[in-house]
Amino acid sequence: MAEAQRRREGEEWEEQGGAEETEAPKEEAPKEAPKEAPKEAPKEELKEAQKEAQKEAQKEAPKEEAQKEAPKEELKEAPKEELKEAPKEEAQKEAQKEAQKEAPKEELKEELKEAPKEELKEAPKEELKEAQTEAPQTPTRPLLATRSTSSADPDDDSPNMIVYRKIEDIVTRIQDETEGVPIRTVKSFMTKIPSVVTGEECEGTDIVQWLMKNLSMDDPAEAMHIGSLIAAQGYFFPISDHVLCLKDDGTFYRFQAPYFWPSNCWEPENTDYAIYLCKRTMQNKTRLELADYEAENLARLQRAFARKWEFIYMQAEAQVKIDRKKDKTERKILDSQERAFWDVHRPVPGCVNTTEMDIRKCRRMKNPHRVKKSVYGLAEEGTQSHSPVHTPSHHSRKGTREDVEKEILFLNTQLDRHCMKMSKVAESLISYTEQYMEYDPFMTSPEPSNPWTSDDPTFWDLEASKEPSQQRVKKWAFSLEEALKDPAGHELFLKFLESEFSSENLRFWLAVQDLKRVPQQEVAQRAQDIWAEFLAEGAPSSINLDSHSYERASHNLKDPGRYCYEDAQDHIYKLMKSDSYTRFLRSNVYQDLLMARKKPETEQGRRTSLEKFTRSVGKSLTGKRLTGLMQSS
Amino acid sequence: MGEMEQLRKEADALKDQITAARKAVQDTTLEEAAAGVAVVGRVQMKTRKTLRGHLAKIYAMHWATDSKLCVSASQDGKLIVWDSITTNKVNAIPLKSSWVMTCAYAPSGNLVACGGLDNMCSIYNLKGKDGNVKVMRELAAHTGYLSCCRFISDTEIITSSGDCTCILWDIETGTQKTSFAGHQGDCMSLAVSPDFSYFISGACDFTAKLWDIRDGNCRQTFAGHESDINAIGFFPNGQAVITGSDDATCKLYDLRADQELITYQDSSIMCGVTSLAPSLSGRLILAGYDDFNVNIWDSLKAERVGALAGHDNRVSCIGVSADGMACCTGSWDSFLKIWN
Repeated sequence: MAEAQRRREGEEWEEQGGAEETEAPKEEAPKEAPKEAPKEAPKEELKEAQKEAQKEAQKEAPKEEAQKEAPKEELKEAPKEELKEAPKEEAQKEAQKEAQKEAPKEELKEELKEAPKEELKEAPKEELKEAQTEAPQTPTRPLLATRSTSSADPDDDSPNMIVYRKIEDIVTRIQDETEGVPIRTVKSFMTKIPSVVTGEECEGTDIVQWLMKNLSMDDPAEAMHIGSLIAAQGYFFPISDHVLCLKDDGTFYRFQAPYFWPSNCWEPENTDYAIYLCKRTMQNKTRLELADYEAENLARLQRAFARKWEFIYMQAEAQVKIDRKKDKTERKILDSQERAFWDVHRPVPGCVNTTEMDIRKCRRMKNPHRVKKSVYGLAEEGTQSHSPVHTPSHHSRKGTREDVEKEILFLNTQLDRHCMKMSKVAESLISYTEQYMEYDPFMTSPEPSNPWTSDDPTFWDLEASKEPSQQRVKKWAFSLEEALKDPAGHELFLKFLESEFSSENLRFWLAVQDLKRVPQQEVAQRAQDIWAEFLAEGAPSSINLDSHSYERASHNLKDPGRYCYEDAQDHIYKLMKSDSYTRFLRSNVYQDLLMARKKPETEQGRRTSLEKFTRSVGKSLTGKRLTGLMQSS
Repeated sequence: MGEMEQLRKEADALKDQITAARKAVQDTTLEEAAAGVAVVGRVQMKTRKTLRGHLAKIYAMHWATDSKLCVSASQDGKLIVWDSITTNKVNAIPLKSSWVMTCAYAPSGNLVACGGLDNMCSIYNLKGKDGNVKVMRELAAHTGYLSCCRFISDTEIITSSGDCTCILWDIETGTQKTSFAGHQGDCMSLAVSPDFSYFISGACDFTAKLWDIRDGNCRQTFAGHESDINAIGFFPNGQAVITGSDDATCKLYDLRADQELITYQDSSIMCGVTSLAPSLSGRLILAGYDDFNVNIWDSLKAERVGALAGHDNRVSCIGVSADGMACCTGSWDSFLKIWN
């Protein structure tokens, strides 16, 4: 969907960017992540950490002021500025409720600033739970529950939301003080309060261990797989890498601010991305230097947005100004979170773009108004970019009277149906799987070998040969369907019936099967031929039909179609099943074939089948050798 | 009480009775009944072939009945017929619309079909006289995207659509024969019974429906999923239905018991199911998920017995060949892999 959006903007950058994404061979390991940041980061982190504790106490005061200062448009700043205080709760509950409705965009932005911040509280968890008025609370939360403490709209059942809720559940629990991972307390000698803002860092191994324990996994690889998925969605990220995946080592990870969570339906425009990259170049910090791919992106964006670059530049400057006012440590954390956000929406080349949605699901996103387009508060531009979909006009029709009446009719037929007992049904399923287990190559290795594994097509050659294997012959006894399905099977069946002079049923059945497949212009003639051969008075191969089927057939013949003998065919099938088929299975022709290919339980048997095997394989070889010899001599 | 209300009450009462009837036959569960069955043990499969050639997300694939050829559809606007053994491309068919979502191989091997956001099902003749592959028919009548299509024969095909209906077409005349309406949400997937007399459809109204192909009626409806059903298939005996959903579970419904038998789920699986296919005996169910993996389930015991991890992006389609020898997965990473 992101691709489609970009295409629609019709910018050169989009074309190239889009093309790159489709053509970039996925074999390339995403090693393009910048290496310069990590060198600086550890030292700086420690310094910042030291300062952070000092700032801790001071943080309360400046926040209030900062809140007043920050203009409405600066969405990014707002979430970080406020700390929850009890009296504010009511206002925020209200805010969140309203956020769920389709409020006008400005207000919506404002409310969403406040609402997601519920998660940032370091206060007791009760407050956190209270804040989520929409979600009913359950004491123990099974992972598959769709209700959670996440900020995703619990009534939104779109496919992505369901997954986001589950992830947000996990992420909230991971950060829990008592049940979560060990958080690196920032400054232990000054104070033991963990970081106020969601800047907590923890190590990769800790996350893997936590996942294994809390999601009952034995295999660390599984935990890493899920962890990497969660990271790819941007819920936590390595502090010194653009590539979003989870590693089972000492790499430090930070949790993403709920403001940036994917459940907020972000679809940031390229203008925003341009502002972001531009901003980064203005700040003189080595850790903020652009990676190669980012520099390339910036260059392309500059070309694409040549006409409005001044505007973008100004926006970037404004952002930088606001950023400067912030506390240094906080700034670092926000920077990393912002970067992680862009790593999700503009991934490193070679990485999976997790924002791509299945186009079949896109258009069904409830609350399309909730889609947030600008991170930096820019008013939406003229073009409404939506993926190529058409307006759904037929969904959720509240039943009309007719509908309900139809439903009642349907339900009545359902009620009349006889439900078979579970035990019987289970038994038939189990016996089916057991009967076919030896024929299932995933359960039993085929003989001589599975051609896919051994690159030896002998198995297929044998199957295609005129001599069916004992295994295959055995299968014909499973059901009439199996016997008829196999050409060798119904050939033998036919032979048997002809010996008894009772082959008309099977021949009729086969003729009708054929009728279903002939080209349209031949249908009428073929149907007549069948009638003449099998059903007419004095027909040469007269079949025994019940009067009902006979009438239907003769009626249908007036306007012959492919399925005019459907009823007759069903009737004949049942006859064969109960009569001629069972006789066939007991017949000498069948039994001889079955026995002659008996599996090696005896020495003799083994030799025979081995002989036959080598004979069939060696035949072609020896044949060639012989002729070769004869030619040469 | 208004008439509508009365009618609704009647419908609800019937639903309750049906639920009671279903409960009445629950003398055991499949898990209990299968307790005595031997365990499957760890199933490990390797990638035997990788089919490279698509340039964008693969949305669908389908095996030919010879178990060697297969067709795949990708958003790069191509339908490719592969000789999966040699990994050669037998045909690379350029499509008019690149937003393709489904493809199918006719049992005869003569035709392939595809469709997507163009709301049409295009039929291509692979065995044309001059050797070129051309569009044979364009079946247009749906008012929504084409989510799935399956051939009954060279003359009939069934399609499912985002307009909540399924249609049986006569390919020769290019006309609709029957329309199957009843779903309240986009139909996402369909599967035809082994005897070709029924088909099942899974939809975004969270239900699966069994339809009689000849008379066009819905015979049964199965509910229970908590989100869109993306994938559906018949159990090989034709008496049970397997569904895969965005609620991260797969379910097995039995036609004769008219209810759900078992659910395949795990607390560590969070992502939706995109596709599924049973093994030849039905004992194993292979399901592709949004989290880039395929999980292999023991269908009787509902235990995960294996996983196929090899794709770098969502697994969008999966199919087990007719002879059961191998399974093929297609992914958004633009590759198809053959496993066994």
